[in-house]
Amino acid sequence: MSRFSFSRWGAIVRKEFIQLRRDRITFAMIVVVPIMQIAVFGFAINADPRHLPTAVVRAEQSEFTRSLVAALEHSTYFDVVEELPDEEAAREALARGRVQFVLNIPADFTVRLLRGERPAILLEADATDPAATGMALGAVQPLVSAVLAKDLRGPHAALENEPPAFEIRVHRLYNPENITRYNIVPGLMGVILTMTMVMMTAMAITRERERGTMENLLATPVLPLEVMTGKIVPYVAIGLVQATIILVTSHWIFGVPFLGSPVALYFATLLFIACNLTVGITLSSLATSQLQAMQMATFYFLPNILLSGFMFPYAGMPRWARWLAQLLPLTHFNRIVRGIVLKGNTFADMVPHLWPLALFMLVVMGIATRFYRRTLD
Amino acid sequence: MSDPRTRELAIAVRGLNKFFDEKHVVRDLSLEVRRGEIFGFLGPNGSGKTTSIRMMCGLLTPDSGSGTCLGYDILREADAIRRRVGYMTQRFSYWEDLTIRENLDFVARLYEMPQRTRVVDEALERLGLAARQHQLTATLSGGWKQRLALAACMLHEPELLLLDEPTAGVDPNARRNFWEELHRLAARGISVLVSTHYMDEAERCHKLAYIANGRLLAQGPVDEVVRFQGLSTYSVRGEGVTTLASQLERMPGVDQTVAFGSVLHVTGRDAAALEASLRELAASRPDVQIERIETSLEDVFIHLVAHASEDAGGGS
Ligand SMILES: Nc1ncnc2c1ncn2[C@@H]1O[C@H](COP(=O)(O)OP(=O)(O)OP(=O)(O)O)[C@@H](O)[C@H]1O
Ligand SMILES: [Mg+2]
Repeated sequence: MSRFSFSRWGAIVRKEFIQLRRDRITFAMIVVVPIMQIAVFGFAINADPRHLPTAVVRAEQSEFTRSLVAALEHSTYFDVVEELPDEEAAREALARGRVQFVLNIPADFTVRLLRGERPAILLEADATDPAATGMALGAVQPLVSAVLAKDLRGPHAALENEPPAFEIRVHRLYNPENITRYNIVPGLMGVILTMTMVMMTAMAITRERERGTMENLLATPVLPLEVMTGKIVPYVAIGLVQATIILVTSHWIFGVPFLGSPVALYFATLLFIACNLTVGITLSSLATSQLQAMQMATFYFLPNILLSGFMFPYAGMPRWARWLAQLLPLTHFNRIVRGIVLKGNTFADMVPHLWPLALFMLVVMGIATRFYRRTLD
Repeated sequence: MSDPRTRELAIAVRGLNKFFDEKHVVRDLSLEVRRGEIFGFLGPNGSGKTTSIRMMCGLLTPDSGSGTCLGYDILREADAIRRRVGYMTQRFSYWEDLTIRENLDFVARLYEMPQRTRVVDEALERLGLAARQHQLTATLSGGWKQRLALAACMLHEPELLLLDEPTAGVDPNARRNFWEELHRLAARGISVLVSTHYMDEAERCHKLAYIANGRLLAQGPVDEVVRFQGLSTYSVRGEGVTTLASQLERMPGVDQTVAFGSVLHVTGRDAAALEASLRELAASRPDVQIERIETSLEDVFIHLVAHASEDAGGGS
């Protein structure tokens, strides 16, 4: 047996890059797919709905409460469509879906406010569709501050200092998990990487077989390991570019926070890319045509996207589905990404999800080398 | 490999068999190709030529049989064989989305050749493609692709060339140049196994093997292959002789008739019976000229195919 040669490996890498550069469609896919997906999830699906039907339960009428309701309407997020007598009527309106929000102002609000007791206003939200309520809820707090700044002048100016003179308690009903696009956009990273990495590698290797060029490669001294690893290098680069595009757009365009360390994130991303590439290689060994490779990639992609917690909350799935989800790399990667991006998790926090990724990669790599055909048989 | 016999043999395989599922594609193939020899590999479509060549260079594993290529075992030492053999696939198998130069350069890198730039430059010069070296390979015509493939598989100066129909679709002039080049290589001690469907090419080989239905039917130098079949051939020339073919084929001693324009080649194994039949024909048709000629390679091959299908029980 001859040894791994870096110059032959380099020749394969070089050739892949040249071919990739000429393949305009693939090249466009690399850049356009993540941007398009983010745009779809960020703008179209998770749009910023306004004029949401709102009811008010007002136990007292005062200058403050009138200003507050006016300000709500003024924000264009809320349309006050009903005045309701009590809490019971409010719950019913929410349950029936007549309104999306109920603003509940308690009886002695003004008196307690003036006494400086920091009274609470309750904003109840029908959060079944978090996309519909998320933005509106986000708008409430600054709104209230603005009302206070305007009205608490003159004799009441003393009340306008930290902490705010009253608080708004937001109460989300029906969907405590409250998936918002903060959650979805980082999740997209794993989804896009799975889709492009698996499909591209599977097709890149099957393409050589379909076009007959594999026969030529096999007849030269190049080793299968050199071909496989050489062919995936450009895709590792592509994966990192895609991850960067997603992170940058989600942070700068959609304002998704980035709390953790980028180094930790890129480390996890590399491992995840490696997982997907081994899957792609395995599929390419089984497929005889590019079409088959694509079908297999889709077959792998579907359970990943459905069970990984990207589309549906993991906690809401039955036990068997959760067990299955544990086997999928995307499940673990989603948690890692959300942990780093949204919670500022560190390496130590990632470990429970890193080792399943590493294990998955090793097992699939074993399968890939077993199935890889050194000959044309 | 100390056996001196395998040293002077470029290819020596014994009893190769290959099945695809139930289909027996190569049957007990034994071949010997000497160093510096141009060995022609002939046979009808689907007879197993490509499959045999693939087994010789380690691309397919034979189901049984053994052999050596340049003294290396085809089963265990495929790596060593790959470095010393140039294999040109039947179907064009270079990268169409690379330029001509990039293809040659890639091949040179895979063989880790020193002085890569010079080697590639020279190959382009010899090919006459230096001016078009930055053109995408996909834009070449079929014949030019074929010539590029040939140049690419000879780039690393292999000791043995396995060429699977290298001149299919190549114009006559380029074909002649190509064969002159092959003879020059052979004179330098490089061995060549070349499959072809062209009779003129077959006649330019030092030795031939003819295979049909995966079975080797004849092997040896051209004149020997012809002589060995013990065939007699007559040409029948005249107005509308081609219509005589079916009548002739029913006569004793006539095994086959092949039309070449207004000439009919009539061939048979039983020389006496054939002569008697033709004398009979001459008596009834004084207008035709009948003349004994040398049996051509083509007559022999047509004869061999007809026989192979008889042996296999009526055809493939
Ligand atoms: N990968 C394969 N799987 C199944 N059958 C195959 C495969 N490759 C070849 N065959 C069959 O093996 C037989 C011999 O094929 P092969 O390509 O060796 O013929 P050939 O002599 O090269 O023909 P041609 O002159 O047309 O190139 C054919 O019947 C073909 O259908
Ligand atoms: Mg063939």
